[in-house]
Amino acid sequence: MGEATLYGLCGAALVGLGLFGLIVHPQPLRKILAFNLIGGGVFLLFGAIARRGAAAGFGGDPVPQALVITGIVVAFSATALAVALLLRLFQETGQATLHLDG
Amino acid sequence: MPNSATAGGFLLILAIVLPVTGALLSLVLGGRHAERVALLVMPAGLVVAVAIASVVWRTHTVLEYSVGSWDPPLGVAFRADGLSVVMIVTAALLICGIGAFARAQFPTPRGQETRTSLVFWTLLLAVWGALNAVFIGGDLFKLYVALELLTFAAVPLVSLDGRAETLTAALRYLLFALFGSILYLLGAVLFYGAHGTLDIVLLSHRIHAGPVAWAAISLMTAGLLAKAALYPFHLWLPPAHAGAPAPASAILSGLVVKAPFFLVVRLWFDVMPRVPERAAAQMLGTLGAAAILFGSVVALRQARLKLLIAYSTVAQIGYLFLMFPLAVEPETGHQWNTAAWTGGVLQAISHAFAKAAMFMAAGLIAEALGHDRIAGLAGIGRALPITVFAFGLGGLSLMGLPPSGGFVAKAMLLTAAVAEGQWWWAVVVLTGGVLAGGYVFLVLARALADASEPLTLLSPISPSRQAVVVALALCAVLLGFIPLRPSELLQIGRPDIAIGGPR
Repeated sequence: MGEATLYGLCGAALVGLGLFGLIVHPQPLRKILAFNLIGGGVFLLFGAIARRGAAAGFGGDPVPQALVITGIVVAFSATALAVALLLRLFQETGQATLHLDG
Repeated sequence: MPNSATAGGFLLILAIVLPVTGALLSLVLGGRHAERVALLVMPAGLVVAVAIASVVWRTHTVLEYSVGSWDPPLGVAFRADGLSVVMIVTAALLICGIGAFARAQFPTPRGQETRTSLVFWTLLLAVWGALNAVFIGGDLFKLYVALELLTFAAVPLVSLDGRAETLTAALRYLLFALFGSILYLLGAVLFYGAHGTLDIVLLSHRIHAGPVAWAAISLMTAGLLAKAALYPFHLWLPPAHAGAPAPASAILSGLVVKAPFFLVVRLWFDVMPRVPERAAAQMLGTLGAAAILFGSVVALRQARLKLLIAYSTVAQIGYLFLMFPLAVEPETGHQWNTAAWTGGVLQAISHAFAKAAMFMAAGLIAEALGHDRIAGLAGIGRALPITVFAFGLGGLSLMGLPPSGGFVAKAMLLTAAVAEGQWWWAVVVLTGGVLAGGYVFLVLARALADASEPLTLLSPISPSRQAVVVALALCAVLLGFIPLRPSELLQIGRPDIAIGGPR
């Protein structure tokens, strides 16, 4: 088993864990964390693909690396927006759940 | 190389740069200038959209622009084919209409700067820029970024008023959207790993049926469905669209949910035109049919006008996905397939106009009455006749009665369904039309009834705002006068689908 395959499998495991968390946990904060876990898995997978050099045939393909950086920025902004919304919700209602009682 | 293609290609950049610059500028200048900036950008953006349309229409070719003259796969390309042009012009018209409508609701503050006014005008432009980027993006990763920008601009629009319910709706919307976008990204990563490119044209040459293509396309489609709120991913839509202020609902329901649908079309017709996908297309159609039936029935049971309209959006999104089983049919005659193709796209744009008009009409009614309970609508038809008229015109398109864009769209879907012997889709289209008739009639019957006591309006509604709503509803009606056959404009950039069709 090659290095890239190992990283790829790790990425897949992270995606699986994250997906599980996103679907099973009702708390928004856990869902946000799970989203980040999936994101980490996807980026790891992309890194493994870059290592394989699918496009150009050389050791490290730079395109996925550039895309991963962009992806991380996007995921970061998404998390920031979600946390900001959640904080505001907590200020308004005193609870941080999606099911408001009363 | 200063030829006509590059000169026209510059327009594509303008279509993105103009609204984004406007959004950044209003952020810098602050709430006291945000409205002015938006009012300057809107006509300019409309001109750009029309210019792009005229270039594509005249040259009958795909308008292309490679950033920094770097061709794919090294560079990134923007492309506008017939489909993009239709969507860009629709978006431009709607944004301008919604902007004109929203001036009274989000006015420039006189003294202290207000948050909602700044946020609304900034995000209106941001949504526009992101939409244009989705419509002309030429590679899957750029489309991912555009889709995320769209989400980030759309989610705060839901919670403009900062109430707890709308915050929850916005958060739920964001979580669904994030789930969708990460699945989309995973699919794109798989495509890159298998084929070494994300450019749509290059990818369409390299792609072949296999586990990778299937995994990638399923992941991306599932992600996009979550964003498009197709049944059973519709849970987030009604509270989000019904809770937002009327102009924001109009943007969200009319335009924002069309962007992920547009990307599903891109994926299925442009990225993988040759991979057989019959069973999957049938499945998409089934989800669409479920959405039509479920959304319409639930809409019938709503007590609040805005929720009724939001559930009707769930149903109308279902129609969009009927286009897949009908247009992706390799066996039967190709000329009929284009009818479904045109019908699907026409449904997207006529619903955009009709639904925007209906949400804004509902907003005006709620403003006048102070509530939007359907049971308490009696007498409003006499007090705000123009608004109720606009609501009815929009409803015409939802029901699919002539003359309206919805009629032409649904007639084409019906034609395609009958011609291909897939009669069950025809039954769904007709049932959905009857149910839509039911919920539109429900509202109109209450609105046109005489009030038991004279109605006092909380605030006077200016005729100019009502005129904007009627204008948008009329756009949906006018779409009903385009010829009932596959559109030539939509074929631009799609040589593999034969031109022709039913007379």
